[in-house]
Amino acid sequence: MPVRHPLRWVAAAVMLVLVAMAVNTLVTNERFNWPEQFEYIFAPQIMNALYNTVWLTIVAMVGGVVGGVLLALMRLSDNPILRAISWFYLWVFRATPLYTQLLIWGSLGALFPEIGLGIPFGPVFVSWETNTLLSAAAAAALGLVLNEAAYMAEIVRAGILSVDEGQREAAGALGMSRAKTMRRIVLPQAMRVIIPPTGNETIATLKNTSLVAAVPFAELTFQAQNIYGRTYQVIPMLIMVCLWYLLLSSILMVGQHFLERHFGRSERGAARPARPAALLSSGREQTGGGGGGGGSGDGGGG
Amino acid sequence: MSGEPMVRAEAVHKSFGRTEVLKGIDITVAPGEVCCVVGPSGSGKSTFLRCVNHLEKINAGRLWVDGELVGYRQRGDKLYELREKEVAAQRREIGMVFQRFNLFPHMTALENVIEAPVQVRRENRAEARERALALLERVGLADKTGHYPGQLSGGQQQRVAIARALAMRPKLMLFDEPTSALDPELVGEVLDAMKALAEDGMTMIVVTHEMGFAREVGDSLVFMDDGVVVETGPPREVLAGPRHERTKAFLSKVL
Ligand SMILES: Nc1ncnc2c1ncn2[C@@H]1O[C@H](COP(=O)(O)OP(=O)(O)OP(=O)(O)O)[C@@H](O)[C@H]1O
Ligand SMILES: [Mg+2]
Repeated sequence: MPVRHPLRWVAAAVMLVLVAMAVNTLVTNERFNWPEQFEYIFAPQIMNALYNTVWLTIVAMVGGVVGGVLLALMRLSDNPILRAISWFYLWVFRATPLYTQLLIWGSLGALFPEIGLGIPFGPVFVSWETNTLLSAAAAAALGLVLNEAAYMAEIVRAGILSVDEGQREAAGALGMSRAKTMRRIVLPQAMRVIIPPTGNETIATLKNTSLVAAVPFAELTFQAQNIYGRTYQVIPMLIMVCLWYLLLSSILMVGQHFLERHFGRSERGAARPARPAALLSSGREQTGGGGGGGGSGDGGGG
Repeated sequence: MSGEPMVRAEAVHKSFGRTEVLKGIDITVAPGEVCCVVGPSGSGKSTFLRCVNHLEKINAGRLWVDGELVGYRQRGDKLYELREKEVAAQRREIGMVFQRFNLFPHMTALENVIEAPVQVRRENRAEARERALALLERVGLADKTGHYPGQLSGGQQQRVAIARALAMRPKLMLFDEPTSALDPELVGEVLDAMKALAEDGMTMIVVTHEMGFAREVGDSLVFMDDGVVVETGPPREVLAGPRHERTKAFLSKVL
């Protein structure tokens, strides 16, 4: 019998050889020093760093979603001042690298040693030392939240715009206020469009936490650097934190899968909009540009 | 007829940018009257209907529903626009049914109907539910209460939309081509529901191309063209013997 797809078989064979070679080096190259690495996987510093990575991701996403909804509503409001503020915010936070933003939040104490409450240009009533008010943890969280809010705003806006205008009219004709229409009618429908890219954002944010080393704050990557600074086991240590990132990302991907199934089902029989392939595509890259919005919203302009 | 009309429009003007869509509309609808509005596409029928519940702001003229100025307050000679809350309060009293149904797709038929009574009128949920079930039964959908709009035919969706509007106990119902988006075999069930509503004494303004409905159910017929009311009168008379050339030309095309 002739082989039906000769190229597939050749490609598979090449892949097998490459994988075998990789495994071979990993196992036989003494310099990886695996026994020692495995001890670090659950070391207290790494556990603590893992904890920091997780809560930073959660705080960044919760804060980012809340801020994103606010910014999106401002952007879509009738008030030109609110629109301008939102536009400006998105412009600044999306057009500058997250790493640089984090450096700024981490160094704020040097620029403003004290932060006070008082009358502008007048007396100051209370004041705090910036470095106590804005600890490294707070600076890291703040930096991630402010950045994430800008990206979430575009996603939420695209979601809101995806809801048919007739929905707002029908709610308005029933005497619903605009706020209630937004909460009861528009946002629940916008979820279908908002959820998939938000899942991608969460995974991107998880990876972005590695940038808070700029603050500096001790999350996984930063702690790995600390350790290999002492042990000189650079690559094994980095492979190890990658395993942690892989595990966390995979958990998020599974969660995303179920969330999407749930929100797809809540509108039984209704036409569903096309959505980007969800499970394995991560919206944007680390210091990144693209913003994974659900289609219509790239808000650099107007 | 005596007493206050349910709807009174006087010289209503409406422009979008530079195009004037309504060029001085005068219409009076008495309580319990079914007023059918016909006319060619683009003549401003939908726009007028949307002015009646202030989905569109009028640029000049006056519009009253049940003796109340719609969307504005008059002080002396000047008109002041009402605040969002006050506009919403006026809209509660006016039901609207859209050509494309505009049901809320994330809610079942029953949830669609109880949404506004509970959220807007703050009615007790259990009572609202009872009434919603009765309303759905009245439009022949007692067995579809748990279905989502996407699981219903166009005719069924439109009947849910009618029930949803009625749940607010409106004193006036506006219909904007309620059967135009339906397959021909589904038109009858919606018109039947509207006819039953008319027989119950509801005041209705119906934009439609269904001349049979206008003749049978309508108390008055308004023919609009190019932003003005060309002719108005009892449906049978206007349909049988239109006085204006434009009416004749239009009717000869649709009858
Ligand atoms: N929001 C809007 N902005 C600009 N122009 C509009 C708007 N709404 C309606 N128009 C214009 O106003 C005119 C009247 O529209 P309207 O929808 O009232 O007509 P109609 O009589 O309901 O027509 P049809 O039978 O096709 O529904 C049309 O020329 C339309 O293009
Ligand atoms: Mg129309």
